Amino acid sequence: MARCFREAAIAGIGQTEFSKESGRSELQLAAECSKAALDDAGIDPSEVDGMITFTIDGSDEIHLARALGVKDLAYTTRIPGGGAAAAATLYQAMAAVNAGVCETVLIWRAMNERSQYRFGQPHTQAAAFQPGNGTGSLLWCMPYGAQTPATWGALTAQRYMQQYGVSNRDLGKLAVVQRAYAATNPNAWFYEKPITLEDHQNSKWIVEPVLRLLDCCQESDGGVAIVVTSLERARDLKQKPVQIVGACQSIPYNVEVISNYYHEDLSRMPEAEGTAKRLYAQTGLKPSDMDAAMIYDAFSPQVFMQLEAFGFCGRGEAKDFIAGGEASPGGRLPVNTHGGLTGEAYIHGMNSMAEGVRQIRGSSVNQVKGAERVLVSSGMAGAILSAAG
Amino acid sequence: MSSNAETAQAQAASAKPTRLAPIVTPDAKFFWDAADRGEFVGQRCGDCGHYRFPPRPMCPQCNSLNTEIVSLSGRGSVCSWIRPLHPMPFGFQSPPVVATIDLKEGTRMVSNLVDVAFGDIRAGMPVEVSFADTMGNHKVPVFRPVGG
Repeated sequence: MARCFREAAIAGIGQTEFSKESGRSELQLAAECSKAALDDAGIDPSEVDGMITFTIDGSDEIHLARALGVKDLAYTTRIPGGGAAAAATLYQAMAAVNAGVCETVLIWRAMNERSQYRFGQPHTQAAAFQPGNGTGSLLWCMPYGAQTPATWGALTAQRYMQQYGVSNRDLGKLAVVQRAYAATNPNAWFYEKPITLEDHQNSKWIVEPVLRLLDCCQESDGGVAIVVTSLERARDLKQKPVQIVGACQSIPYNVEVISNYYHEDLSRMPEAEGTAKRLYAQTGLKPSDMDAAMIYDAFSPQVFMQLEAFGFCGRGEAKDFIAGGEASPGGRLPVNTHGGLTGEAYIHGMNSMAEGVRQIRGSSVNQVKGAERVLVSSGMAGAILSAAG
Repeated sequence: MSSNAETAQAQAASAKPTRLAPIVTPDAKFFWDAADRGEFVGQRCGDCGHYRFPPRPMCPQCNSLNTEIVSLSGRGSVCSWIRPLHPMPFGFQSPPVVATIDLKEGTRMVSNLVDVAFGDIRAGMPVEVSFADTMGNHKVPVFRPVGG
């Protein structure tokens, strides 16, 4: 294959069921969702020549390639930063296709995050500290009783809430919107289980005064895979191509993942601001060009801060944006229309990337009418997906 | 076992610190070693004078490797604060107050606020360093209201 610039597109998405106990290995989940994504695209698994996942994924590239019968792998890489990696996988896949080093890139993330280990429980083991996670949380938080992602995330969010007078009740309004989307999504763990603001306010405190239980993502078992190829080739495959018109990463000075306390102003999210700036510069698009957004929602305040960082509303105005129904069906920017990581499942953000694809295809259960451009964001990385012209 | 013996055993157990000891990496050993001695120190560039935290082997401002380990004032102010209620953090019998502290030297760190009611904490509240015992005979810096 001679190298030349080629536009990249998503040709296939696949997933397993989302559960609390998959009953099979992470490698099997990875193989199942990968096969489903390749079938969706109409590509034989043997043709995969690039593989991308998260640094902390529990399955080895070689083992997965061997299960799929991949005949000659040309490129592998892993993205650091936990869930921050989600949109960065699309970025890397786009870049590999753009550069002409791969023809068929398989992205996967599969985990038994509820039945095998639990991200939400205290992280206290020295052995768990490893480079490639983008965080110093264990080193600088653990002896102080800040041992969970909820605690780490809440400590920055509290500064944001102080600054703009955002209450936990304000956060609850987002939880209600996302659970309403999940309630109509048969793949969601919380299918047919909407909540009211009172349910949210009655759920127990996880981290006072920031997060109640219903502000937090789930712990889930499951896998999601995405297949990226050239736009030209995608046009000849089974599905309507979803072009990756722009994708990037941004890790500003002194920013780190989740225990993000060392940059200047904790009421802002500099990584999302950097991602937004780079993404809009790459594509020439602006916030009002987006028809929907899938925004990493490990915890509800992160959505508020990203809405502001991406310029969908002014600083401190996310609470009014959400209370005013702008993220709801028919609003200016429907957000997390699958139910998000709180409502659908926590597959480390990859299920939100897949929903972005469904919106462009026109196949979401909560379809935004005529959606042509969707922002997918995992804070430190983002991508704009578009209908191919 | 008699109830007296049980009580005595419980008292002995409660006297022993249950807070987790820090994970010590080569680049931060100076910080935790000093804390064990009840000293609060930081890194300052030996060339440009820039203070940095978390510790690192090179000055981000001038890229000098000339690093001074200096005593810090131990004074700062509260930036953000929370209380983890569920699950109870390992090593604690009641929920600690976790805070970010803006240090006078211009850096920020995570610690605990002690000797203050959760409802009385205010943004910008002046605090000073103190030390708390951990498992394994170590100490970590925590903060309390100035004059509190």
